Amino acid sequence: MSSVLPPELSREQERIEGFARELGLTFFRVVFEMVDWKQMNALAAYGGFPTRYPHWRWGMEYAELSKSYEYGLHKIYEMVINNDPTYAYLLQGNAMVDQKLVMAHVYGHADFFLNNVYYAHTNRKMIDAMANHATRVRRHMERHGVEAVERFLDASLSVEDLIDPGAVFRAKPRQNAEPTDAVESKDVGRLPSKPYLDRYVNPPAYIEERRQAMSAAREEAKRNPPQPERDVLGFVLMQAPLEGWERDALELVRDESYYFLPQRQTKVMNEGWASYWHTHMMTTRILSDAEVIDYADHHSGTVAVSPGRLNPYKLGLELFRDIERRWNTGQFGPEWDACDRMSERRRWDRKLGLGRDKVFEIRRLHCDATFLDEFLTQEFCEQQGLFVSKKNARTGQDEVDSRSFDDVKQALLFHFTNGGRPVIEVIDANYGNRGELLLAHRHVGVDLRMDWAKEVLENLTRIWKRPVRLETVVANKPKRLGHDGTKPIEEDLEQAALKTKTRAR
Amino acid sequence: MPRIESDLNRFRQIVRGRVREELKKHLGHTELFGKQGGRVVSIPIPHLDLPHFTHDTGGKGVGQGDGAGDGSGQGAGDQPGAHILEAEFSVEELAKMLGEALELPRIRPKGDDELASRGGRYTGITTSGPESLRHFKRSYRQALRRLIVAGTYDPTNPKVSLVRSDRRYRTWKPRSLPKANAAILYAMDVSGSMGDEQKEIVRTESFWLDAWIRAHYQGVRTVYIVHDAAAKEVDRDAFFRIRESGGTVISSCYELAARIVEERFPAQEWNLYFFHFTDGENYSRQDSDRSADIVADKLLPALNLFGYGQVEALGTRGDFYDVLRTRFDADERVALSRLPDRDAVVDSIKSFLGKGL
Repeated sequence: MSSVLPPELSREQERIEGFARELGLTFFRVVFEMVDWKQMNALAAYGGFPTRYPHWRWGMEYAELSKSYEYGLHKIYEMVINNDPTYAYLLQGNAMVDQKLVMAHVYGHADFFLNNVYYAHTNRKMIDAMANHATRVRRHMERHGVEAVERFLDASLSVEDLIDPGAVFRAKPRQNAEPTDAVESKDVGRLPSKPYLDRYVNPPAYIEERRQAMSAAREEAKRNPPQPERDVLGFVLMQAPLEGWERDALELVRDESYYFLPQRQTKVMNEGWASYWHTHMMTTRILSDAEVIDYADHHSGTVAVSPGRLNPYKLGLELFRDIERRWNTGQFGPEWDACDRMSERRRWDRKLGLGRDKVFEIRRLHCDATFLDEFLTQEFCEQQGLFVSKKNARTGQDEVDSRSFDDVKQALLFHFTNGGRPVIEVIDANYGNRGELLLAHRHVGVDLRMDWAKEVLENLTRIWKRPVRLETVVANKPKRLGHDGTKPIEEDLEQAALKTKTRAR
Repeated sequence: MPRIESDLNRFRQIVRGRVREELKKHLGHTELFGKQGGRVVSIPIPHLDLPHFTHDTGGKGVGQGDGAGDGSGQGAGDQPGAHILEAEFSVEELAKMLGEALELPRIRPKGDDELASRGGRYTGITTSGPESLRHFKRSYRQALRRLIVAGTYDPTNPKVSLVRSDRRYRTWKPRSLPKANAAILYAMDVSGSMGDEQKEIVRTESFWLDAWIRAHYQGVRTVYIVHDAAAKEVDRDAFFRIRESGGTVISSCYELAARIVEERFPAQEWNLYFFHFTDGENYSRQDSDRSADIVADKLLPALNLFGYGQVEALGTRGDFYDVLRTRFDADERVALSRLPDRDAVVDSIKSFLGKGL
């Protein structure tokens, strides 16, 4: 695919790898590949992988990247994939100082991939897996036609994010759970009594109540899924009447989604960690005097902020530095929290020197949401000038809405929890006893984007092969949206409930 | 990497609507932002979205900095491992991008055969000239040749001396280049019904028209005309700023344009473009007919292209568009377009320039 690294670069790699180890970073073997910009754009379109299954969306990415590269709008400097060995790419024709910067940065990522707990379950042979996925999809396309497979992939990709981020940390549910007739075998709890006392010992009303409760429990036990299921993709994969090739396609989409999940969950931390180490290594060990200006220029480009957009490199780097400073000086814990004299706070230094240990601990245990939840402080927020922006409906421009710490933190956490995506669960696979799928949206104050939600539901009918419904809230009214495969469904929830009741009667 | 090429082809086929018609409804445009002389231009590239369950956040996001900027924010998204650089474009580059994005044909100037001398280069050699232009190598070679022919050259003792007739000098040759003159006449209705939003549309559109036409000619002349009930010629700045009130008499504008063309830009020497922007609500039916007559009799014989853009404010619907359409539908020098909002500018540009005239 690419050329061997030129000798001066492999010498640099050895040096930088040495520094990284010396500083306590650990990683799989890192392999650098030299590519030209066309290959770089193609690789970036494929998410860093040399082969992916055929799909138009990579072509679109590629067109976008090539266009903006041609117009000089951006240039990809580094790309690295979570794999054993860890592969990273260097752009041919970059200046030596840029190549060194990229290498130092990549070792930061490589350390993060190996050590962060959210990556622990990921497939470390993903390059091979991706190539296999490509072969599988190609084979299906040859047998069943490009269009049919592509349509199904489009439908699957539109629900690719409906997976359970917590699933990888839980023990798998027990296969043979308590058999359902365990409920049935229990009797209603009638006490022994003489016939003439039976009405008093076992009051008929009570017995009737018990009987009803038990039949309800039996119904409950038949529920599928027993509890609401976050992993919609996995549930559908197990239970939808899919053809062999469809099951296979859906499965590989799900595999890739789980593989990429931690990278979505740790964008800020991962880039912050890599930037933290490249700045440290470059400025203390790697740079020669002549290279300082070029390095500074390039680095400031990487951490530049522009209005209306959050730079994860900048945010992560600054937050790691802030934490290191706080744990070095002891600005944490109850004593620090209780202190409300500004002058004292400013001079606070317990000379603990725990900063380095703390950042290593954080990079192992946290993801973006917990990282920001735990370590974002008011001082940091003010110092970094973070704000919440809001689109002005009249002028169509983004404006500063609030600079208060609570608002900023809330907005950030909203953005980073579940990737900013709504939480959707499967409630019932046999809705209305007609084999229809019922989903529920855990509404947290923000409505779904309607036009898209309807289309996702339509796409889901292609996979489930039966009508699909979603309970959500639209403009403060509970609603049930759906699609029956030919036309969309929209029901007000109270009315719908009423209807079923009348029918039952 | 041939695999990405096949994905790219597939994507292009979808965008052009050859396959998978149903995906076209997702077609939007990603905007790449660039800067040009303080002005932000965006380069649209086609983009297909796959629908997902997402929140309808109403444009809320987190930012960093002092909050001042050009307002071209795009939420809190970021591309992996990429960062956006600001780009400087020249107007020619912009025109080229426009041409690519809209698949515009190149303009074919009339009067290609006209030649004009413009500059020249030192490409020739003569036997006389100023010493400062003496071509040493050629002079030396000439002397050497003379000696060899005369048989006096001795390779063991290579002495060469120049005489007067050996000397060679560089000379200047004039070069002829094809010349095509072009002038663009912009006319805008500034009557009371044209608001700021409408002017902004005209400004955007004329910027791009200008960029494209300038890319095809050298030294394009521009004329700006504003009119309400009466027409007058103004400078560029006033053209976009002026706000008159009063009625609309389109014929006044076309008469002035015809006079300017007659006096300053004879049709045989000039490639002429006339773009007129109005809300199309003319004062009277008679005047509309008269205006159309002026276009047919005086303007069209001289013009390469007559572009009429009807900028429609909310709720207004001028009828002059229909007058022109019934009259000039078959004439390919006439391009008509309606601009209900900013998004229509792209289509309008395409209808004006898509003919390659």
